[in-house]
Amino acid sequence: MSTKDRGTKGDILLDMKDIVIDGFSDERWHEIIKGVDLTLKRGEVLGLIGESGAGKSTLGLAAMGFARPGCRLTSGEIVFDGMELRAMPEKQKQKLWGTRIAYVAQSAAAAFNPAHKLIDQTIESSIRNGAVSEKEAQADAIELYRAMQLPDPENIGFRFPHQVSGGQLQRAMTAMAMASRPDLIIFDEPTTALDVTTQVNVLAAMRDAVERFNTAAIYITHDLAVVAQMADRIKVLRYGVEMEEAETRKMLKTPENAYTKSLWSVRSIHKKPETSDDNILQIQGVDAAYGKGENVLHDVNISVPRGKTVAIVGESGSGKSTTARVVTGLLPPNKGKVLFNGEVLPAQLKDRSKDQLRRIQMIYQMADTAMNPRQTIGEIIGRPLEFYTGLKGRAQEAKVIELLQMIELDDSFLDRLPNELSGGQKQRVCIARALAANPEVIICDEVTSALDQIVQEGILQLLLKLQKDLDVSYIFITHDIATVQAISDEIVVMLEGEVVEQGLKTQIMEPPYPDYTKLLLSSVPEMDPDWLTNLLKERGEA
Amino acid sequence: MPAYQRYFGWVAGVLQGDFGYSFSGRAASGVDRSRAVVDLIGPRLNNTLFLASMTALIAVPLSLFLGITTALYRNSVYDRVVNAVTLTTIATPEFFVAYILILFLASLYQVFPSLANIDASMTMGEKIYKSALPSMTLTLVIVAHMMRMTRAAIINLLASPYIEMARLKGVTSTRVILYHALPNAWAPISTVIAFNLAYLVVGVVVVEVVFVYPGVGQLMVDAVRTRDIPVVQACALFFAGTYIMLNLIADIIGIITNPRLLHPR
Repeated sequence: MSTKDRGTKGDILLDMKDIVIDGFSDERWHEIIKGVDLTLKRGEVLGLIGESGAGKSTLGLAAMGFARPGCRLTSGEIVFDGMELRAMPEKQKQKLWGTRIAYVAQSAAAAFNPAHKLIDQTIESSIRNGAVSEKEAQADAIELYRAMQLPDPENIGFRFPHQVSGGQLQRAMTAMAMASRPDLIIFDEPTTALDVTTQVNVLAAMRDAVERFNTAAIYITHDLAVVAQMADRIKVLRYGVEMEEAETRKMLKTPENAYTKSLWSVRSIHKKPETSDDNILQIQGVDAAYGKGENVLHDVNISVPRGKTVAIVGESGSGKSTTARVVTGLLPPNKGKVLFNGEVLPAQLKDRSKDQLRRIQMIYQMADTAMNPRQTIGEIIGRPLEFYTGLKGRAQEAKVIELLQMIELDDSFLDRLPNELSGGQKQRVCIARALAANPEVIICDEVTSALDQIVQEGILQLLLKLQKDLDVSYIFITHDIATVQAISDEIVVMLEGEVVEQGLKTQIMEPPYPDYTKLLLSSVPEMDPDWLTNLLKERGEA
Repeated sequence: MPAYQRYFGWVAGVLQGDFGYSFSGRAASGVDRSRAVVDLIGPRLNNTLFLASMTALIAVPLSLFLGITTALYRNSVYDRVVNAVTLTTIATPEFFVAYILILFLASLYQVFPSLANIDASMTMGEKIYKSALPSMTLTLVIVAHMMRMTRAAIINLLASPYIEMARLKGVTSTRVILYHALPNAWAPISTVIAFNLAYLVVGVVVVEVVFVYPGVGQLMVDAVRTRDIPVVQACALFFAGTYIMLNLIADIIGIITNPRLLHPR
């Protein structure tokens, strides 16, 4: 492995002063980053946190002297190891990128080129200047795969990206960044797209690699608990302005800025779990498969009490969304049945009556794609009203306004198009659309996972309030345990298409746990900076 | 005989290479001088395929080159000039392009002959020399389509996260286009190329007429005029076969250039 002299730990590697970055939108330039300073010493990890739109990624990329299309580095100084990057010509920057500064993207699945094998992409930067031969670079890449604890490190690189799982790709991407032993790595939300159980392994591998090669890193995320495991220092950004910066432990213990404090206290909803024997929906012994494939659901039994919330948790691929498709009739089960108010629901969507359809509504993860971009909010909410209740004209508009008020928006939204709304507002409109049918059960499929924590909080509060007012039941599909804590009465844990456990929140969340529930719960990052270290030690002993 | 029996009889003949006999030449005098359809079409087919391949050999590499370079230098002066010129040539009727070329390259400056009446006795060099103007005309007509598709397919991919990743790995912009974007763009590009090659075989009757080129297109138009049904049928079958084969090849290219289809999980 490389014996390149990387200076002594503690020297300043990156010094960014008074950075201003403009972005082009609505036909003019806006300031996205408004004069932020950032210094990073060799071997140090800086956590950069904030909501989406805070400018974290933009600032992280600026550390490489790179601006995305539609952005420009307007003013300020970016000094990397004595070189000024802002004024440096593109050709020279290309020599630094991938060799001395590397980048790890948010979604490894999208950031690997589907047309080439992993190992060819991993060694692309290191063999570029001809310092090492392809053979040597490949051997080194295999070592890195092994260091990243990828399964079958000798051969995994010779696969194409689509043949490898998301968590493995993310580790392979870290290996790719490490391949040329850079001085600085920018991690841009590298674990956001992963399940909690996978996230633990990826975090451990990344932290290990950074320590082993004494690499400096900027770790961008919106997840405080994750950044607490990775960073020596934390910087909080909001609307392109620095809110606060401090050592990780100090920041966690005594945040000073009011905004930072609000980030800390965000996970504060707690619902007292209740149950009832009056089940509105029962899923009994359901097996289901896509096409003629193997069953992806095996004997699933779930009961949903009236006016309560059942949260279905599990990793991706555990059958959560498939269960929802069976309930809605989109996927007729191979075996078993779904009871609604004690009556069997027809398995096929087309056999269900309008009233049966009305009673079960869905809210989706991506509010963007779940709405027709050419329809106004008034039309989007008005359509189910007309379809299910026959309301038209004035009466329909009055009802739409009433629904808008229920979701805490006003009638000025009637004529707006979806893309004029923020992410949280869009999700609220989707909720209103579901409510327009006056349903008894709403299936919420990962409704908050695309949103920032503060916005999530608002949506969850709204859902709780609506449940109290309208006595509607929720089936809440999520992989986020914190959301489950906040909103559920009962919890169903799923693994590989089977229900591992179902019960009141208080029962599930307390020991003794079945093995899988324990793994799932212990994988949820905590705000304690020693959490990951302790967890790995614990699992190592077990 | 009922129509379906005659039809199956014809299909059975085709499968054995027998396309029947042409109606023309069946004189009322009782002396039958009609010729086999195969003998009529055979040499014409050779000529058509010769012109099509010659044009393809020029047009396909040229449009790929133009498409890739315009994608690389997108929105530059070069990009705009190439786009404007190719759009002009595709927007001009092909017979007009042909007459302009004749005017400049055959009449005012006598570089190439204006008549492309090739026959089997000529050498390869003579054939190429005679076919220069028709093949230039066809090239001008089809380049725009293929070049714009290549450019659009590549530029479409440039917004992908893996292209940004490649740039952030310090990959030069030429390599980004050739190594990272192009391999993912072959499917749409090959579809358009197949479509244009099919056009070269089946749709060039106007150009054949202008240059008096003895191709299948002219033969079919003549046969339609004289209601020579066996010849029309044979031509139609050949044209349809060409379309299907070329599109099939394009689909196969789309599959073998996509690792997701070629290497299952």
